[in-house]
Amino acid sequence: MAIKALDYDTLNENVKKCQYAVRGELYLRASELQKEGKKIIFTNVGNPHALGQKPLTFPRQVVALCQAPFLLDDPNVGMLFPADAIARAKHYLSLTSGGLGAYSDSRGLPGVRKEVAEFIQRRDGYPSDPELIFLTDGASKGVMQILNCVIRGDGDGILVPVPQYPLYSATISLLGGTLVPYYLDESENWGLDVNNLRQSVAQARSQGITVRAMVIINPGNPTGQCLSEANIREILKFCYNEKLVLLGDEVYQQNIYQDERPFISSKKVLMEMGSPFSKGVQLVSFHTVSKGYWGECGQRGGYFEMTNLPPRVVEEIYKVSSIALSPNVPAQIFMGLMVSPPKPGDISYDQFTRESKGTLESLRRRARIMTDGFNSCKNIVCNFTEGAMYSFPQIRLPPGAIQAAKQAGKVPDVFYCLKLLEATGISTVPGSGFGQKEGVFHLRTTILPAEEEMPEIMDSFKKFNDEFMTQYDNNVGYSRM
Amino acid sequence: MRRFLINQAKGLVDHSRRQHHKSSSFLSPQSRPLASPAPASLVSLSRFFSSTSEMSASDSTSSLPVTLDSINPKVLKCEYAVRGEIVNIAQKLQEDLKANKGAYPFDEIIYCNIGNPQSLGQLPIRFFREVLSLCDHPSLLDESETHGLFSTDSIDRAWKILDQIPGRATGAYSHSQGIKGLRDVIAAGIEARDGFPADPNDIFLTDGASPAVHMMMQLLLSSEKDGILCPIPQYPLYSASIALHGGSLVPYYLDEATGWGLEISDLKKQLEEARSKGIAVRALVVINPGNPTGQVLAEENQRDIVNFCKQEGLVLLADEVYQENVYVPDKKFHSFKKVARSLGYGEKDISLVSFQSVSKGYYGECGKRGGYMEVTGFTSDVREQIYKMASVNLCSNISGQILASLVMSPPKPGDDSYDSYMAERDGILSSMAKRAKTLEDALNSLEGVTCNRAEGAMYLFPRISLPQKAIEAAEAEKTAPDAFYCKRLLNATGVVVVPGSGFGQVPGTWHFRCTILPQEDKIPAIVNRLTEFHKSFMDEFRD
Repeated sequence: MAIKALDYDTLNENVKKCQYAVRGELYLRASELQKEGKKIIFTNVGNPHALGQKPLTFPRQVVALCQAPFLLDDPNVGMLFPADAIARAKHYLSLTSGGLGAYSDSRGLPGVRKEVAEFIQRRDGYPSDPELIFLTDGASKGVMQILNCVIRGDGDGILVPVPQYPLYSATISLLGGTLVPYYLDESENWGLDVNNLRQSVAQARSQGITVRAMVIINPGNPTGQCLSEANIREILKFCYNEKLVLLGDEVYQQNIYQDERPFISSKKVLMEMGSPFSKGVQLVSFHTVSKGYWGECGQRGGYFEMTNLPPRVVEEIYKVSSIALSPNVPAQIFMGLMVSPPKPGDISYDQFTRESKGTLESLRRRARIMTDGFNSCKNIVCNFTEGAMYSFPQIRLPPGAIQAAKQAGKVPDVFYCLKLLEATGISTVPGSGFGQKEGVFHLRTTILPAEEEMPEIMDSFKKFNDEFMTQYDNNVGYSRM
Repeated sequence: MRRFLINQAKGLVDHSRRQHHKSSSFLSPQSRPLASPAPASLVSLSRFFSSTSEMSASDSTSSLPVTLDSINPKVLKCEYAVRGEIVNIAQKLQEDLKANKGAYPFDEIIYCNIGNPQSLGQLPIRFFREVLSLCDHPSLLDESETHGLFSTDSIDRAWKILDQIPGRATGAYSHSQGIKGLRDVIAAGIEARDGFPADPNDIFLTDGASPAVHMMMQLLLSSEKDGILCPIPQYPLYSASIALHGGSLVPYYLDEATGWGLEISDLKKQLEEARSKGIAVRALVVINPGNPTGQVLAEENQRDIVNFCKQEGLVLLADEVYQENVYVPDKKFHSFKKVARSLGYGEKDISLVSFQSVSKGYYGECGKRGGYMEVTGFTSDVREQIYKMASVNLCSNISGQILASLVMSPPKPGDDSYDSYMAERDGILSSMAKRAKTLEDALNSLEGVTCNRAEGAMYLFPRISLPQKAIEAAEAEKTAPDAFYCKRLLNATGVVVVPGSGFGQVPGTWHFRCTILPQEDKIPAIVNRLTEFHKSFMDEFRD
């Protein structure tokens, strides 16, 4: 008798439990339809280049040169590459020990980590130690690593905002921990109320959970809100009092579309608070090359910075990093370039600035277009996208639709999003993938489709939504049990 | 909470089970009860290889949530000697060398601890780098000057690759298994290599082979009741990954006397022993060519292994990252997939995962983090779970994906770059074979040292018989005897190697792993220094 080596039943339960809607059911259905020839607009993931955003020229020039260093020996290289790109390529190659093809230090090239530290110092006005900065293959790997360090078992709880980016729920599941939700308030622009926090923690503790960490995503994903300085202070005080390590996901720090609440890093606020907080709160901050105006998702470049973690813990984290040997070197160079971009006077400065500003200004406009477009629908309420890359409208679904969804065996927002996909080719992620209050439905879309295509996309959406509402709102013929 | 404490206890029991294959002793720290944020009691942590000092005050009386005694014990338990203590010492020495050149009997540190060819002067394959450069900056393809700087076929290949990427956007997240067109190329490459078809849907491109190994361990291991059969000696990614995922390592011993041969009878014995202890053994890891041992399995041996896995219901995890590193004419690499298919076993007969990487071979592109696993013989519901796990990380880095496709479909006869590519490739491989032989001979000439030949991979794993006096001296320094030897070696010669206990060895035997990677011109000096050091070491400690 052939014994089945690996069947579904014997799989690690944690794997089976974990969900990641961003590339889940809707995305898979969209991919199927695409194969059948339907035009799909993928707005399911923050993937700017996939929707036509062009890479910044300067970093690509530098990395192309680093990739092929023999070019630097060619007398004609200046015909294809500007002098500052050539100089920068030489600079980064000198930071490696053997070029792009050698494993670097498991924490990342020391020279790049130094540049990251200098960036953080310039940004915040407080010193940053390169030894406490680890580069990773994307911020996600860093998040997974830190959570793996913190979660010992299902008795450990992690405070996570609802709605949240499902990397957190998926990772907590995989690691066998417990997600402790705290609800953001949609009616207050997705604001964070410390009382909600207290309530969530108290409830978790009453169930025997040790709450170990708190995640904030600032600017928020999927919600886009930018935390005020006062809010961050409250959070830090809360973490101090409740003995929580704060995980600050700040990957969208360059994506700010309003002027009332510019980005302020959790580290800066913490340092400004002084004693006892500045030495008494543990913080890990995450950043990436995937977002901002760079959008270099495919490179897989990120870092985390640790504050107030004991040296022996930092060593253990280093040890785990060493098992993976090193983060990919080209992405480390992208990171170096991101934190130390061309300066005024550099040959490439004007082009770089033009490209960057162009993208950011367009994102700001698209955030507005999309928010307004959604709000013009009677059954939809949409908070403004203050930051990040997403719109998270609340869709009020009529009872007929909810009934139909149930009949189809689908959660209502999944049902809505599937219908939307089939009718228009717009591939979104249902709000249930991020978490939402019971009985309230959303979808997440990105603001990334090209600006010229936005009006058509919003029209297409509105047409679908009107038809959907007509179909399910007037469904009086539906028999009731 | 309770489950955590039970797991803790089990972890300690399990660890003591593993004592017999590790010469080190590493106690998991006792954790304090979870509920209170009260100051922790001092934890006793005995680390055999600890180079850093005892716990500082800030660790022991902290009221902070994340401290050494409150982090995940699996993190504390796992070890990875390749970048462990001895490397830290070497780095400090290297720093000191800069300031005090004359203070040491050597003028540079030579890192022979890690398979990192390009850090020791090996050049990348030019064609590969040309293609990658063009894909990194596709606008180059619109410039006429590009033809003057890049070979024609690299330009063609870049166009082909970019056409398979939607919007030519190399900066976009791809499909979570990797770009389809690249997987097609890899599948074709596998078929050309093996003579049996490969399905692009079975391929998962990853940031190096290591993350793919982690994924499989995560899938297979639910608790310490799940075991994975691993060769001893093994590449410590496996022991570390099993520890991190909370499973049990079930060792099977390779036989040094027969060139690190694998005996099915030993496999069976270990399997049954584990099962009798209530462990569900889920998979068998085979590293071929071997790391650190360098043996290339005979095809007959491979057939026995495949049959064994089929009979016992084990997933075969075939680490084949050194498939292009074979140095002896009497051995050849055969993929386990080929062997299984040749036996007539198909998708329904055997679950097999094959790992490949861009880090080794003759390309040595470690820093790129490119690799893949080919997953065959799983039901679709299991496959969905593998896909789901891959999707949480979205995708692997695109440049690494492109490189993996290049490695599996290099220039062919007739291509413009073919001749220069072959010259580079053959140059590197023949040099590796030469260096392997030179170092092997040198090691075998040392008193009390025997070294099996490196049939493949990138390492030599000599066995040193240490005199009793040396063992006692090691114990006095609270170091494992092989670590003691390696530290002395480092301080005398500047050469960094990894003690055998980092890989596992038969208790009472001592080894170290040394790469064959320093450039040829450095080898004579290394041999001389090593020979001199060993002589004086034996003079000091000879019984």
